[in-house]
Amino acid sequence: MTDTQHFVEIRHAQKAYGDLEVLKDISLNVERGQIVAIIGPSGSGKSTLLRAINDLDALTSGEIWLDGVQVNKTLPHRQYEKHINQMRQQIGMVFQHFNLFPHLNVRDNVTMAPKLLKGISKAEADTLAEEQLAHVGMLERIDFYPSQLSGGQKQRVAIARALAMKPKLMLFDEATSALDPELVEEVNLVMKKLAEEDMTMIIVTHEMDFAASVCDRVLFMDQGVVVEEGPPEKIFRNPDKDRTREFLRKHLEGAK
Amino acid sequence: MGLDFSVVPQFYDIILIGVLWTVAITVASALLSFFGGIVFAVVALYGHWSIRLPFRGFAWLFMGTPLLLQLFLIYFGLVQIGVDLPAFVAGVIGLGLHFAVYNSELIQTAIIAVDKGQMEAARTLGLSNGQALRKVVIPQAVRDVLPPIGNNMIALLKDSALVSVIGVSELTLSAQRAIGRTYRPFEFYVVAAACYYIINLGMEAVLRRIERRTALSR
Repeated sequence: MTDTQHFVEIRHAQKAYGDLEVLKDISLNVERGQIVAIIGPSGSGKSTLLRAINDLDALTSGEIWLDGVQVNKTLPHRQYEKHINQMRQQIGMVFQHFNLFPHLNVRDNVTMAPKLLKGISKAEADTLAEEQLAHVGMLERIDFYPSQLSGGQKQRVAIARALAMKPKLMLFDEATSALDPELVEEVNLVMKKLAEEDMTMIIVTHEMDFAASVCDRVLFMDQGVVVEEGPPEKIFRNPDKDRTREFLRKHLEGAK
Repeated sequence: MGLDFSVVPQFYDIILIGVLWTVAITVASALLSFFGGIVFAVVALYGHWSIRLPFRGFAWLFMGTPLLLQLFLIYFGLVQIGVDLPAFVAGVIGLGLHFAVYNSELIQTAIIAVDKGQMEAARTLGLSNGQALRKVVIPQAVRDVLPPIGNNMIALLKDSALVSVIGVSELTLSAQRAIGRTYRPFEFYVVAAACYYIINLGMEAVLRRIERRTALSR
């Protein structure tokens, strides 16, 4: 709670499954409005780190702070549940496989959580759904069910669903990895729009071009550590570490 | 003595009352077995052991013993410990709980099978575990097992004939009463069978409608 606090702070994050350490003492600060991309080979721990930020995967040790409040506070179980639900309302998350609620139409996917958690009226909920869906270009599909949408459309609705809670921070866990190549762009455009609106975003991605074009900072992770971090032009054009160079070279070959 | 269906129309009121009672007891028991099945499934999966273990015993009792015996126990047995239930209520409780246990087994399996990303997405939005179950997981689990639950409801309709033995004037007992007055068992049992069949068709139509309406939400 000092003046020098960062918007998001990850302090000495460590996570182990038995002897297997997936995160080894990772610290990271993100400022308000910043966009940080986390890249790295699969199994590097990048998704685990992202999922630790909203405590979907609990850390073994270490602290996560958001806007001066510790997310993973030590509290008795019941109090912790209350606290974490409160924190998660402020942290939007977008998944690789969308995880839209198939039994609800697009409108209800977007408004279910705000109605339940913020007690807004039906009229307010409708306005909110229309606003958020217009924002991602999905207003005309408001009465459709997820099964009637393409992957790119599903992901845009999932983004609207997260934004409807008015989060302070958005987490993207390989948001375009499950999409057909021709559907990636529409989701990237929505994410770029959010970036322009100064949303604070942490993005786990395999898409180097996208990371290079929207991110303020890129982290390269491998085997549970941050190998190298810096502005995208540095990480992508002139990395210091051989491991980073090696990963980018392999990745480039894979993309061809 | 040949067959003579001409006596049947005179007893149409008895048969009609029987049909109405059968429908009433089936609908009431079906609702109890449906909502009871959801509650039992949640208790079995997430309940504290002090609730879960007695529940397992109770489930075993209902699955491992004859429904007829359960009805006798609820109607005649409970009186001895001061619980004097009307026959209709005893019948609904017996049939409802019996099928609730079967529905619960189906729903438990379906809850486990719901993609865990659904729970994650709900929790990420800030829903509590209970809210996520209620709003996201259970509706999908129930939707997934509607067809087999429908089969249980058809079985429930047929087993509702058993409550005739505790004196509910449903279709089977009504048929027996008409037979008592006319000595024409074949005619009235056939008429009762036809009535069950028609109610059955009606139930299937309702179930199909519900399944169609949930088709989009998959």
